[in-house]
Amino acid sequence: MSFNLSVGLPHYLLVAAMLFCFGLYGVFSKKNAIAVLMSLELMLNAVNINLVAFNRFLFNKPIDVQGVKHYLLAGHVSAIFVIVVAAAEVAVGLALVITMYRNRLSTNVDELDWLKW
Amino acid sequence: MGDIVGGLVFLVFALLTVFSAFMVVSSKNIIHSALFLALSFVGVASLYVLMDADFLAAVQILVYGGAVAIMVVFGVMLTLRAGKVQESNPDSRNAVFGAIAALLTFVTFALVLFSNENWRVLADQSGMPSTVGDISWLLLTKFMVPFEVAAVLLTIAMIGAIILAKGVEDSK
Amino acid sequence: MHASFQWAWLIPLMPLLSFLIIAFVTKKWPRLSSTISIICILTSFVLAVWIGYGVLTTGDQLVEKPYQHTLNWLTFNNVPWGLSEGSLNIEFGTLVDPLTAMMLFVVTLVASMVQIYSVGYMHGDKGFSRYFAYQSLFAMSMLGLVLATNFLQLFLFWELVGLCSYLLIGFWFFKVSAREAAKKAFITTRVGDFGLLLGILFLLNKFGTLNFFKLHEMIGPQFNNAVVVGGISYLTLTAFLVFIGPVGKSGQFPLHVWLPDAMEGPTPVSALIHAATMVVAGVFLVARVFFLFKASPATMEFISYLGCFTALFAATIAVAQDDIKRILAYSTLSQLGYMMMALGLGAMTASMFHLMTHAFFKALMFLGAGSVIHALHEKQNIWDMGGLWKKMKITGTTFFIGVLAIAGVPGLSGFFSKDEILTAAYHNNIILYVVASFTAFLTAFYMSRLFFVAFTGDEKPENHPHESPWMMTLPLIILAVLSVVGGYVALPEHGFGYFVRPWGSEYEVEHMNYLVAGISTVLGLSGIGLAYLVYNRKAISADNIVATFPRTYKVLQNKYYVDELYLWIIKNIVDGFGKVLYWFDIYVVDGIINALGFLAKFFGSLFRRAQTGQLQVYAMVIFVSIVIMFLVITFGEQQLSALIPFLGGVK
Repeated sequence: MSFNLSVGLPHYLLVAAMLFCFGLYGVFSKKNAIAVLMSLELMLNAVNINLVAFNRFLFNKPIDVQGVKHYLLAGHVSAIFVIVVAAAEVAVGLALVITMYRNRLSTNVDELDWLKW
Repeated sequence: MGDIVGGLVFLVFALLTVFSAFMVVSSKNIIHSALFLALSFVGVASLYVLMDADFLAAVQILVYGGAVAIMVVFGVMLTLRAGKVQESNPDSRNAVFGAIAALLTFVTFALVLFSNENWRVLADQSGMPSTVGDISWLLLTKFMVPFEVAAVLLTIAMIGAIILAKGVEDSK
Repeated sequence: MHASFQWAWLIPLMPLLSFLIIAFVTKKWPRLSSTISIICILTSFVLAVWIGYGVLTTGDQLVEKPYQHTLNWLTFNNVPWGLSEGSLNIEFGTLVDPLTAMMLFVVTLVASMVQIYSVGYMHGDKGFSRYFAYQSLFAMSMLGLVLATNFLQLFLFWELVGLCSYLLIGFWFFKVSAREAAKKAFITTRVGDFGLLLGILFLLNKFGTLNFFKLHEMIGPQFNNAVVVGGISYLTLTAFLVFIGPVGKSGQFPLHVWLPDAMEGPTPVSALIHAATMVVAGVFLVARVFFLFKASPATMEFISYLGCFTALFAATIAVAQDDIKRILAYSTLSQLGYMMMALGLGAMTASMFHLMTHAFFKALMFLGAGSVIHALHEKQNIWDMGGLWKKMKITGTTFFIGVLAIAGVPGLSGFFSKDEILTAAYHNNIILYVVASFTAFLTAFYMSRLFFVAFTGDEKPENHPHESPWMMTLPLIILAVLSVVGGYVALPEHGFGYFVRPWGSEYEVEHMNYLVAGISTVLGLSGIGLAYLVYNRKAISADNIVATFPRTYKVLQNKYYVDELYLWIIKNIVDGFGKVLYWFDIYVVDGIINALGFLAKFFGSLFRRAQTGQLQVYAMVIFVSIVIMFLVITFGEQQLSALIPFLGGVK
């Protein structure tokens, strides 16, 4: 077959980049604060894909530790931490949005402009 | 043949993920966005599976597809004003600039990606075995302190979120 | 060297101490303040007498090399100019020679007399303590000036003297005229100080030292007096600049205007300023650096003519004045002119001698005038007085002694000192001699006029004069005695001239020139006689004379319109120039600044739009900036490095 469909690191990275940039667009352009939070989640996911992909394709050889074979899964562990932080962020962020909504009856980010001049 | 199957599977899930992500930011209905977000999370989980990250895929489904997506839906519900669901996720005035900035970022990423020869690695056939054991090994040895800190962080975030959402009553 | 010399620094220190004590501790208790002040100045006086005794016993070796007791004050290394070897030392110390001793004696004596007198005169004044604090400070400044070893130290005290005169003239600061007079005195003398400071810098530049005696040794006959510009040598220029200081301080012609106005201060202050301290500071300075002036004949000539002119000029004004203190002030100007003329003629001894006798009799007359003013409750016009002699015997008698002394009646101090000056003029320049002699005649005339109008004649019924308390009459008596006997120190057997003479000069015995003495006696007596005829006997009507020369009288009464001229110059030329500068300042300088400010404001209003307050915009800007930085650093370092200067310059 002339058509090589072999999947490698660049493909995953490209997917992650697209995900990240969609998230970025959402963060920049959405009025609704919850939409902004969702976009942030997309970006964090993109980062996670990158971490896992690098771990999978560049550090996939087991090492020998005291006679036992171990894979160095630092990427996975980092992704777990990112998930932890993302969960915390979502919780706090949504709480903030709800507080804001309660005080202002609005979740529009572009109305949050009192911090100027 | 395995290449073709693997490639097609990747293509399907990658397209699913990216399309869902696109819909998250482009849908005018915030509820649709939330649902597409959940779908995107699932797509990412399937990509994890393709990268032999079984534990992470499970965590992704549980935490993102379950908890975060549900929380977002709850947030939407709590802040949604009646009768405006169709227009509940509008773009701001800066949408065009945001698109340009995002595009510029993407081009940059693409440039980095394609110009870096060290990253042109294709999958080898030696897949990883189950990752849970090695993740736990790392978490309980080298990353023990961050692990504990993460636990504390989650607790604090939970308390903070409850206080914020509940609102502080005026003491006087 | 006599043991007393090393204690000379105590003399200015005592009044300083008293000033500090009064200012910080005893200000609330006037009697205590005055007592402290007087005790301190009397201590200084005793020390001055001790030093004077020391000088007398040491002999004339002090004239060859004065005693100096110095501390290092300022040191500058690697000085680029001057003859010194790369470093400049300025010391702070005391210099004792006969001139200093004489000045110390005169200053402390007059200051003591004035302070004792002031206890009576200033009695009940609200600022009694403040007054004595200023008096002490003034005495300290003047004594420090007299003892200075170098130009910088002298300049310091010179300015302090100016400051104190400002404080004392403006002592009654609630009076507008006093305030104005204080400012006038300060500013006018500042004009002169400007020249003095320039002169000091010229000296520093050329010689690299400011010590008087070192300068004296350098400006010897071997000194190469190079011509600077247009036939004016460096030393002439320097001496001229230095002389501008004394012109201001000693009230010589163009800068004399402050001195008559300074009469706004309390009368004892006038006595202090116009007899012994501030105004003679200039004469003293010229005498102190006499070597410098001697090296420049052109300057000497200028000084002599200027002094002579001032003497005549002030004497003619004095003839037409009615205010008792103003007459005395113009008389002071005139006598200072005499001293300057003597210095210009090279007769430093005669000048210093006249300085001393003048200090005695002018202090006496000012204090007498103060006594009169005190008795008549602040009346100063002599035509409001009259017949005072009968009521104020001591004041009248002592004042009369002063008049006789200044008029040059034989046997009194003024006769000897004025005679020495006239002799010097007679030997050197006959024109100056004639003018000076005429001035002597005028002096005798206007002083007698003052005396006859104020003290003799009919009593004015509205006046109820009474003799002043003993604290005021005692100084009068002491000063009167000194005015009589003060002249005898100059007799060859008493040796004033043996001690007080320029450094390194030969002592020449001055014999009395009987021709000059005779003429001046005749002139003095005829001046008194004329005044007697006009103002006592009324044999000649003064009104008729005035009516004959109304213009002249008016010009004289208005002091030759010098003040008006200055006012005109200031109002038209200086103010006009000021207006031009003001315009320039407002429209050009301020215009530039305002334009800059407007520009900043404009850009501010422009860029303030960047602060939208919207988090998304901030996030976008931050992110795009990071991306751009990343691109520059990663890909474009070579290509984009040309842009780096525009992006902030630092790589």
